[in-house]
Amino acid sequence: MSGRKRTWEAISFEFVMTVIAIIALVIIIAPSLVVLIVSFTSGFSLRFPPPGYSLRWYAELWDAWQLHFAAKNSLIVALWATGLSIVLGVAAALAISRSRTLSARLLDSLFMSPLVLPALAFGLAALMLFSLVGLPVSPLTLVIGHTVVCVPYVVRNTVAALAQLEPTLLESSAVLGASRLYTFRRIVLPLIRPGIIAGAFIAFMSSFDNVPVSLFLRDAATDMLPIRMWQDLEGKLDVTIAALSSVLIIATVVLVAVMERVTGLSRRLTN
Amino acid sequence: MGAAPASRDVTSHGMGLAAPLALFFLVFFVAPLLQLLWLSLHNDTAALHWGLGQYLHFLTDPFSLSVLGSTLLLGAEVTAVCLLLGFPIAWLHQRVGPRLQTIIILIVLLPLLTSVVVRTFAWIVILGRQGIINATLQSLGIIDTPLKLLYTQFGVVIALAQVQMPLMTLPLITALGRIDPNLDDASCSLGAGSWRTFFRIVLPLSLPGVIAGCTLTYAAAITAFITQSLIGGGQMLFMPMYLYQQASTLQNWPFASAISIIFLLAVLAVVSVFTTLGRMSRGYGGA
Repeated sequence: MSGRKRTWEAISFEFVMTVIAIIALVIIIAPSLVVLIVSFTSGFSLRFPPPGYSLRWYAELWDAWQLHFAAKNSLIVALWATGLSIVLGVAAALAISRSRTLSARLLDSLFMSPLVLPALAFGLAALMLFSLVGLPVSPLTLVIGHTVVCVPYVVRNTVAALAQLEPTLLESSAVLGASRLYTFRRIVLPLIRPGIIAGAFIAFMSSFDNVPVSLFLRDAATDMLPIRMWQDLEGKLDVTIAALSSVLIIATVVLVAVMERVTGLSRRLTN
Repeated sequence: MGAAPASRDVTSHGMGLAAPLALFFLVFFVAPLLQLLWLSLHNDTAALHWGLGQYLHFLTDPFSLSVLGSTLLLGAEVTAVCLLLGFPIAWLHQRVGPRLQTIIILIVLLPLLTSVVVRTFAWIVILGRQGIINATLQSLGIIDTPLKLLYTQFGVVIALAQVQMPLMTLPLITALGRIDPNLDDASCSLGAGSWRTFFRIVLPLSLPGVIAGCTLTYAAAITAFITQSLIGGGQMLFMPMYLYQQASTLQNWPFASAISIIFLLAVLAVVSVFTTLGRMSRGYGGA
């Protein structure tokens, strides 16, 4: 249609690129599928393919109170960290989003820096500060540490949503006599809400999955799920972990599907 | 005359709204890092004697230097694999319909949001002695005894590449989406073949995305503590685990601080090299 000649040269290019792309996509999804299949094994090992199928490891998971306890802790910390990230992050995003000043750009870099700096170094640093000021590690220190590493996602997604906001809408609202707070509640917030939700979702997932910060900032009584799983895996290869992993994979797939509906997550992350 | 300041007033909010987060970061992010720096400049664990002893120890110790070297090398290998595999995904994404586009993005996105421990665990199942690769090769009669794949550099690179792939692919998809498709057609109708068009037009124009992807992938790969330790096993030591051992097991906080600072500086150096390249490539793309 475009008059482009389909020479062997063009075909070889498209063939190579398509084949690599498909291999890459398979490499991306295969591990999750493997875990899902192995979790239904009737045997005691992680042999693939499984010798037979059963739900025994899910029954085992049902009774694994240590994992339940750790999951509950992780969930509570993630919810608090996400809530705090939304409050602090959205306010900060409102301040820095339309400002071109040097201080706004510096603050933006500061708020984004936990994304590139090694989280383990930050975890150690935070532990040293807390022990210096005499604040013992507790769920509180965990929430603080998690908020530092999770708030960048809320800031970034909220700033992106604000950047797409039509300034004339706000001007019209002001011209029609609406107060700033009223304009924020009735115009700004509804329009940027999907952006905030997308950011909060990623913040929640990364808090729930965080190991480097939790490793230093938790107390002995606060077992966190990813650390529990990691330590279980270091010790022995337990098939219960496969069942738990499958539950987490399914939960993630469901949440991502919901988020795609609510916020258009895929467009948001590639724009 | 009053219109401009008034409109600025309603569309932007005061910097005061950033104060709570700025304060929070000052106390819980900047202060800890400064304290880390302060402690690293002491020669003893009680932090009584100032000095560069910790850094001298690291920089003159062949073992420490080899840990740093292998960590930086690991990052480069993972980034290269991600780029090689991620670029074709972004390319394919450009050529398919909107429905397939969403599916490709969701496939890429999913591992990013799945627990790192879960993703790493999956690679243990695949690479293990009884894992898929060994089972397949054995049943095909290609090998007699299982290959050692777990606890090798190869295993760590492949697992990390899969874990970090979204960080490379998403910026590439964004970058390729911004290239005018007419350029591709123009190049081809002027007689350049597909390969040449790709290397001379598409690749250079997507450099900002390539650099953004490389920065994120590299930084994530060298700090990916869980995957490194589970797939690498006890014999392979990288900077994050080295830091953790010194801080937690040996309680040598000044040395652990120095390791952290050296590691931080290494990451910052890499990021700023990439950022500089990115600025140069934007000039190139615009020309």
